[in-house]
Amino acid sequence: MAQFTLPKNSKITQGKTWPKPEGATNVRKFKIYRWNPDDGQNPRVDTYFLDMDKCGPMILDALIKIKNEIDPTLTFRRSCREGICGSCAMNIDGINTLACIYGLDEVKGDVKIYPLPHMPVVKDLIPDLTHFYAQHASIMPWLETKTNRPAKEWKQSIEDRKKLDGLYECVMCASCSTSCPSYWWNGDRYLGPAALLHAYRWIIDSRDEATGERLDQLEDPFKLYRCHTIMNCTNTCPKGLNPAKAIAEIKKMMVERVV
Amino acid sequence: MADVNRGNRPLSPFMIGPYYRPQITSISSIMVRITAIASYGVVVLAIIWLLAAATSDAAFGFVDGVLRSWFGDLLLFLFSWALWYHMLGRLRHVIWDFGYCLDLEISKKMGWGMFIGATVLAVLTAIIMAMGSA
Repeated sequence: MAQFTLPKNSKITQGKTWPKPEGATNVRKFKIYRWNPDDGQNPRVDTYFLDMDKCGPMILDALIKIKNEIDPTLTFRRSCREGICGSCAMNIDGINTLACIYGLDEVKGDVKIYPLPHMPVVKDLIPDLTHFYAQHASIMPWLETKTNRPAKEWKQSIEDRKKLDGLYECVMCASCSTSCPSYWWNGDRYLGPAALLHAYRWIIDSRDEATGERLDQLEDPFKLYRCHTIMNCTNTCPKGLNPAKAIAEIKKMMVERVV
Repeated sequence: MADVNRGNRPLSPFMIGPYYRPQITSISSIMVRITAIASYGVVVLAIIWLLAAATSDAAFGFVDGVLRSWFGDLLLFLFSWALWYHMLGRLRHVIWDFGYCLDLEISKKMGWGMFIGATVLAVLTAIIMAMGSA
């Protein structure tokens, strides 16, 4: 069911404003979502100021600088700092993206940072992705074969391999699924763009021999067909992929196999 | 997704506008839904008009008068816009369902095209209706 407001325990309150750096001339304001599971309070938005002359170019550089120099309790996931691990996905300036590859110069005005939308928050900028990962696991993200294992390897032509371009690059950061209004409102049963993009990646893999079963599993009013091509997923993907197109291709295959 | 909410975890903010940036693709999609609901309003209006006609001369005179006033014209103009918009939205879904125009740039253009197209078609409808009744 469509939901337009936050539950009572999730309403955001005014947070703390941290002191400005002394002697800095190039100061920038950061408004960051905070929630501490241990203090029993509602979430709040804290305000930080950073000296941009002493800060790296990316959003993640700013977050690390805040954590190192101002507030060590600020909590977020990060690992590779080059857009390949997908850990630092968050809502930055109104869109979901990876903090490590999103430049501070891409944001106009104050930098507003929230966790990925419509997810249970573990702490500060960390959402609980348990359900998201379970949905990914449900689409059988592996090569499923029935014929005997070849002596050397499962071969694939160059043309067939090309079909996986634009799909295999997904790093499972959850930016797309958590940008999708359908996923916000039906995420318990709708698989969401990330899981469906992965489903398509295995469906069109020429080496996979479970295409029929894969399509059978998606033949469901919610799992696949809650996609209304709103395109927030494609708009937000930090890797420039197109989940909306992958989902449309699955819908097409569903029709093609009955006509 | 309360089923995975261990303890009293808050739901992160999500609403389009204050927290999620409105984009032409999402707004044009939501407008298809809104214009569908508005189209039901047209049906209700038509029923009220017919009911009034079945009730009495005075009731019909009143409802018919409202519908033929400048306010009624405005209402019908907006309704025709909603119908045209919704039709273009459906057309866009047909194009998408055949697997065409799913790239981001063309999708954005189609979104703007629906707003512009519905406005042009609604104005044309109004002109034709005005010429017909003159």
